[in-house]
Amino acid sequence: MDQILGNIDLLIQFPIVNMKIIIDGVMIGALFALAAYGLALVWGVMNVKNLAQGDFVIAGGYVAWWLSRQGVHPLLGVPAAFIVMWILGWVIYKLVISRVIERDLFTSLLATFGLAIMMAQILNLMFGSDTQSIDLNYETLHFADGLIDVPMSKLIGVCMALSLAAAVIIFMKRSRMGQAIRATAQDARAARVLGIDTEKVYAFTFSLNSAICGAAGAIIVMAWVIQPFYGITYSIRAFVIVTAAGLGNLPGVITAGLGIGAAEQYGSHIFGIGYQQAIAVLLLLLVLVIRLLLQRRKRQVLQ
Amino acid sequence: MKNLAMPVLHLVLLGVIIAAPFVFPDYQTQLATLWLFIIVSLTWDMTGGQMGYNSLGNIFFYGTGMYVAAVITIGLAHNVSEYTDAAGGGIFKFTSAQYYSGVVLGSIGAGLFCALSAFIIGYVTFGLRGPYFAIGTLGVAIAAGELVSNWEWVGGGQGISMPNYPGEQERLFIYFCFAVVGVILYTFLRWLYSTRFTAAINAIRDDEEKAEAMGIHTMRYKLTAWAMSAFFVGIAGAISAFQLLHFEPLETAYQTINLGIFMVVCVLLGGKGTLWGPIIGATLFHVFKEITWNYFLGWQWVALGALIVITVVYFQEGLMGWLMAKKPEWFGIRIDSKDPASKIAEAAE
Amino acid sequence: MSAIIEVSNVSKSYGGVKANSNVSMQVQKGGITGLIGPNGSGKTTLFNSIVGYHPIDKGSIKFENKEISKLQVPEIARLGLLRTFQQTRIYGAMNCVENMLISMPHRKMTFRDAFSRNNAEHIERAENLLDFVGLYEKRYLRGGSLSFGQQKLLEFAMALMNEPTVLLLDEPTAGINPTLINGLIDRLKRANSEFGITLFVIEHNMRVIMNMADHIYCLAHGEMLAEGGPDEIQNNPTVIDAYLGAH
Repeated sequence: MDQILGNIDLLIQFPIVNMKIIIDGVMIGALFALAAYGLALVWGVMNVKNLAQGDFVIAGGYVAWWLSRQGVHPLLGVPAAFIVMWILGWVIYKLVISRVIERDLFTSLLATFGLAIMMAQILNLMFGSDTQSIDLNYETLHFADGLIDVPMSKLIGVCMALSLAAAVIIFMKRSRMGQAIRATAQDARAARVLGIDTEKVYAFTFSLNSAICGAAGAIIVMAWVIQPFYGITYSIRAFVIVTAAGLGNLPGVITAGLGIGAAEQYGSHIFGIGYQQAIAVLLLLLVLVIRLLLQRRKRQVLQ
Repeated sequence: MKNLAMPVLHLVLLGVIIAAPFVFPDYQTQLATLWLFIIVSLTWDMTGGQMGYNSLGNIFFYGTGMYVAAVITIGLAHNVSEYTDAAGGGIFKFTSAQYYSGVVLGSIGAGLFCALSAFIIGYVTFGLRGPYFAIGTLGVAIAAGELVSNWEWVGGGQGISMPNYPGEQERLFIYFCFAVVGVILYTFLRWLYSTRFTAAINAIRDDEEKAEAMGIHTMRYKLTAWAMSAFFVGIAGAISAFQLLHFEPLETAYQTINLGIFMVVCVLLGGKGTLWGPIIGATLFHVFKEITWNYFLGWQWVALGALIVITVVYFQEGLMGWLMAKKPEWFGIRIDSKDPASKIAEAAE
Repeated sequence: MSAIIEVSNVSKSYGGVKANSNVSMQVQKGGITGLIGPNGSGKTTLFNSIVGYHPIDKGSIKFENKEISKLQVPEIARLGLLRTFQQTRIYGAMNCVENMLISMPHRKMTFRDAFSRNNAEHIERAENLLDFVGLYEKRYLRGGSLSFGQQKLLEFAMALMNEPTVLLLDEPTAGINPTLINGLIDRLKRANSEFGITLFVIEHNMRVIMNMADHIYCLAHGEMLAEGGPDEIQNNPTVIDAYLGAH
């Protein structure tokens, strides 16, 4: 308890520490938002709540990690992970997801949970359970007399995440496929009547989601660490963000993503690093309870 | 004669249950684990199958039951904090009276504590419907594991050790602990599933909005059902604590991705919403698990994950559901009336 | 007769659209009250405000002199104010008798009662009511295998089983074969006179409501246009205008 108060005291006495925490949080939060955007996409378009979301992220990270061990430049790992995870996403769609779309929501939740367990175990068998990361050997930028240090690798990672997000958003707005995806999300039956091949749209959306997650994972492995069983926490974070922001609310997803990143950093600063995962999960419960209370005032329930 | 069939069948089963560990002494641990699977599957089905509330976090009660039992057992004899500081090292001795009182009071305490937690957690989470409920309960289980692994008083991430069984036949003792709980649970459910209460929670499962509109005390019944289920899971957790002798929070107590999901798969395999479905499913799953453990060296977890996906995607109605669709008359369901007069009346409408 | 439901000055809008503005009405105890109005006049909005499906913007709704406009759906139902659904809702996987037994009035049970079984007396009561609505022959059929009209009858029987104080019926004759409508009207009237259940009926079909209700309210464009006995309403020029104007 004394330690917690001491940590809070530190924040008040040295406001610059807050700055450091927020910068750290926002940087990782950008990647959370990326995974959450993918989840919202799949959720909105085909009403599948994908609990394997985080495992796609981790799998993408391992693709980049493995390639860098083969001598490929780490930055090339990001597009490579995008492509590999695209293909994997398509295969998973054809084998599993396409068969649960029309079913009740628990089915898709459970099926993707099974998938998550499988993926985590396969990664564990292939790469072992140690935490891994790629060392880029880039310099670290120092600000405010060395109190704030920002590694170049994180900065590059965040820029890549931003450009990926921008590319996906422009694609969704401008391209014909993007329009078809948005039409299907609004009303799949109407889209079918209008001649949109929804089956193709679903497959494309799921693959795109998987690829976005893969790229996010490849960025994470450059600047942070991955481990086969970290996936579920990323899934939970994605759920927190989407539940807090709602579907089809892009600014909300970004805000919530950055917010949860910062909240986790604050939490682990105050309570200790051991609580980081717990904080992500407790945030989910908090968001659910808040939404529940808001619904209750409208005499409704959260469905 | 038909009235005698069920009692005779049950007596035979009881005989098998009592004889099994003596006939297969090498499999006593596996048989005890089978009981554990049966208990957690039956209890999961109380809410998942009968009430339509698919919890992914029932493992919370299992883990909590373990810790409550441990704290009660140790607390009756020693100072818990000193005990966990020494990581349960040899300095701490338990008499057999302390052990047995720990088993009895620990199990009951675990059950009651879990039932109480179900009330509190349920009060918050039962406002959530469908997938939100599943994710919310999963969140509770994961959060509990993470928090307990930071709680030094109960041993933190190192876990906690339990006293050894004071006699020789430890595995036999554990088997019968599980078996007694399992038989009580089965008998309890046979009674419960014949009451109006179960009809009401079935109504909640099939159409909660309608159930609410009919004035059924939906929240009260949901909480009661979950608390009853949590009570038995807590006891099962307590017995597991005595069986395992040492456990830690993330991999054994709050094992979200192992037992936490296995119980759901067991129920789906056997058939949701039936009394025998979970029992059959747990048995099938346990056999599958033991086989993969022996033959799939290293890949058993992947095989289990695949089993989950395949069950959910291709065989969700389960064995009992499949039988029900094939042979509805075995379950007393009449699809069509045999009364020709009403058929004509219907045609005339 | 005294008012059992009292709606005073209720307003409700969705976004900018006023679905109900300043609506006041009363349902008399023991009677059959009707609510009519052309499509989009705000009947269902008012109905949903009463049963608790959404909050109201202003005004008050009282049931047996108790304010209910802030209560949740199940709380209102437990007061004895029951509703049926326009899109009939029955338990398709259960047979008719089971459907009836689920409809036992749980709000009148103690917690211990819930853990008892239904005895022969309850089953007989369920079967009698099924007989009352004309579904006795089909009592062991699954709810889902009944025709839409029969499901409506089953839902009605379930509501009677529940022994409500007031029964709110949302378009009871919608989607029913016209030849069956007279039978249904007759049964609704008998439920009112024999079981003493106060009825509040929303109906689109003028003929039905005129045959049944003893007091009728007419909504148009979210406002209360007229009220009175069937004859008064039938001959009220503004009501006729509203109906003709809407079609």
